[in-house]
Amino acid sequence: MSDLVRNTIRFVLFILVQYYVLFQIRPLHQFVVPYIYYLYVLWLPFSMGRMSLMLVSFLFGLSLDYFTQTPGLHAAACVMIAYLRSFVVNILIPQEGAEQNYKSPSPVSMGWAPYAIYVLVLTLLHHIYLVLLEWLQFGSFLFFLGKVLATTGISLMLVLITELLFFRKEKFRTNTA
Amino acid sequence: MRNIFLFIRRYFNFVFFVVLQVVALYILFHYNKFHEAVFSGVANELTGNVGGKYTNIANYFKLKSANDQLAKENVELRNLVFSNFTRPDTSQKLVQDSVPYDTLGHFRKYLWRGARVVNNSVSLPNNTLTIARGENQGVHRNMGVISANGVVGVVINTSSNYAVVMSLLHRQSKISASLKKTGETGQVSWDGSSPLYITLRHIPKSAPIAKGDSVVTSAYASYFPPGILIGTIIDVVDDESSSFYTLRLKPATNFFNVQYVSVVENLLKDEQARLEEETNKINQ
Repeated sequence: MSDLVRNTIRFVLFILVQYYVLFQIRPLHQFVVPYIYYLYVLWLPFSMGRMSLMLVSFLFGLSLDYFTQTPGLHAAACVMIAYLRSFVVNILIPQEGAEQNYKSPSPVSMGWAPYAIYVLVLTLLHHIYLVLLEWLQFGSFLFFLGKVLATTGISLMLVLITELLFFRKEKFRTNTA
Repeated sequence: MRNIFLFIRRYFNFVFFVVLQVVALYILFHYNKFHEAVFSGVANELTGNVGGKYTNIANYFKLKSANDQLAKENVELRNLVFSNFTRPDTSQKLVQDSVPYDTLGHFRKYLWRGARVVNNSVSLPNNTLTIARGENQGVHRNMGVISANGVVGVVINTSSNYAVVMSLLHRQSKISASLKKTGETGQVSWDGSSPLYITLRHIPKSAPIAKGDSVVTSAYASYFPPGILIGTIIDVVDDESSSFYTLRLKPATNFFNVQYVSVVENLLKDEQARLEEETNKINQ
């Protein structure tokens, strides 16, 4: 399957799962909202330019926004993690040139520990920004802090489950073959 | 000049990032105005369509509770049917016809239309429902929406075949309500925390209040007929410094499984609004 087809299918699936499964769950607590959709942005290939990365993320966030009737909210958060993604990757990639040997960020291509940090940092940034935008319109500081932490915890658990369930095989690519 | 171009080229990614952020935030904070744009109507049709297909499947899992609700409502309506009431034989036969004006001068104020819910959220800070009935089927903005059990919300946006309803679980939702027992009027809103509770404010402390009291739409609520159940009181938050109660209500509508709703149109709303506006002009 080509990268384009694979990512188009992921685009649709992530939005449908987020809206029709995760947003339909009865809330356990006001702080706990399960988010997984932004994993799409984290899984986009290394080879994409920063601009196209941001543009795709913007469209992705906006598509979810039209389901939740909050135009711009998720789009803003997605664009931010798309912009910051490459900085985080550059810091965390184990050796020079690893991003040329593998297609996209995954536990195999980056190693479990750097990948976990990559997910943790971007998840935290995404949720801080998302909840901040909600908070600007209403809410208290305790609400902000509690929601960021609780939501990040749930999201990390969901990401772990997704990574284990849908294990992505990453081929090691060299220019000799 | 050359340096400016170099600067822009060097930081092009950052500039592009800022531009996208500004676009997103602009749409977000101009939500209501932007909503009037054509694009939103198209997006409504699309998400409404997908939602309709999904709900077709999901509805099967809720058939039993929906049947229960409808059966209960049927029983209530049957109890209201005219033939249940008798009067002495001396009276003349009462004939009701469908002409809007009858001989006693009654005329229709509220018109009800049924609709199916195709999209629903409860876990967001601003929750909305989408119903499969739009402009073409007579649904417009600012119409009240009611389920079999009680008030659901108000229509805020429509496309040709779908309409979006701001539910009671929306931060901007404000509905005029009154106590069923004594008639004191207050305002129902939602604080955005738990979808199981809504808040009633502005009820004076002189009103006798007990847990379990019904709260209904008031006669001042122009979107709803008076006396539609909103919720029941489950808790009184006592605020010593205020002479008004803050009451926690359990909403009558179960927002988790609402499937069919009625849209109520107040046929006299425009007339009332126009009169009030003209009066305001005179007073100024």
